[in-house]
Amino acid sequence: MVNRVVTGAHYGLRDWLIQRVTAVVMVIYSLFIGGWLVLHPHAGYDAWTALFSSNGVRSVSLLFLLCMYYHAWIGVRDIVMDYVKPTLIRLVIYVLVILALLLYVIWSVQILWGM
Amino acid sequence: MIRKPPKFLTLTQIRLPLPGVVSILHRVSGAALFLALPLLLWLLQQSLRSIETFTLLGDLLASWPVKLVLLGLLWGFLLHLSAGVRYLLVDARWISGLAQARQSSGWVLVVSLSLTFFFGAQLW
Repeated sequence: MVNRVVTGAHYGLRDWLIQRVTAVVMVIYSLFIGGWLVLHPHAGYDAWTALFSSNGVRSVSLLFLLCMYYHAWIGVRDIVMDYVKPTLIRLVIYVLVILALLLYVIWSVQILWGM
Repeated sequence: MIRKPPKFLTLTQIRLPLPGVVSILHRVSGAALFLALPLLLWLLQQSLRSIETFTLLGDLLASWPVKLVLLGLLWGFLLHLSAGVRYLLVDARWISGLAQARQSSGWVLVVSLSLTFFFGAQLW
């Protein structure tokens, strides 16, 4: 008989799943933008801004960016967990990464709706 | 009695198998893309802000060091993407066993490099 004591914060499975769901969203959006670039190889400023002028494209772009930031957080956290052992340095890096990603969220809204 | 597993960590003599190479490249490209996020967001902002900043960006992209950096980031993105799709296929058990693991890792490198050449040639 195996007496296994399960410890930890239990966020592993949830993050594993989120990493994949956000990845699929990003693949779909990348195909959309990549396809547009292939179809409009010499697009100028007008065509480019026309694409981003609709609320639909702005919204899915923001969705893509939010998925990317969440995805990046999980990935960066895993890398830091593997290579940075001292608790204090690890904590400082986590805080800096989270603050940077939150600023990117604000910046993304400004880019998409402030043009 | 607990037996310790053998360790062999002479980094200069370890030959990483192809799936291992793709794995570490997936990690390195992910870290690089994260660090490049401010640059990429800035590029998007300048491309949308006004016709003047859009034109300035075009001039900036004409210089070859900038092109080289962006091509590197494009490869990083495409490699991270194709390696990620491979992991999804592994999760779905469409890829299993050593032979398929090796073969699909080769495909990740081939697909990401050819897409980089394709987009690189088209954009410049």
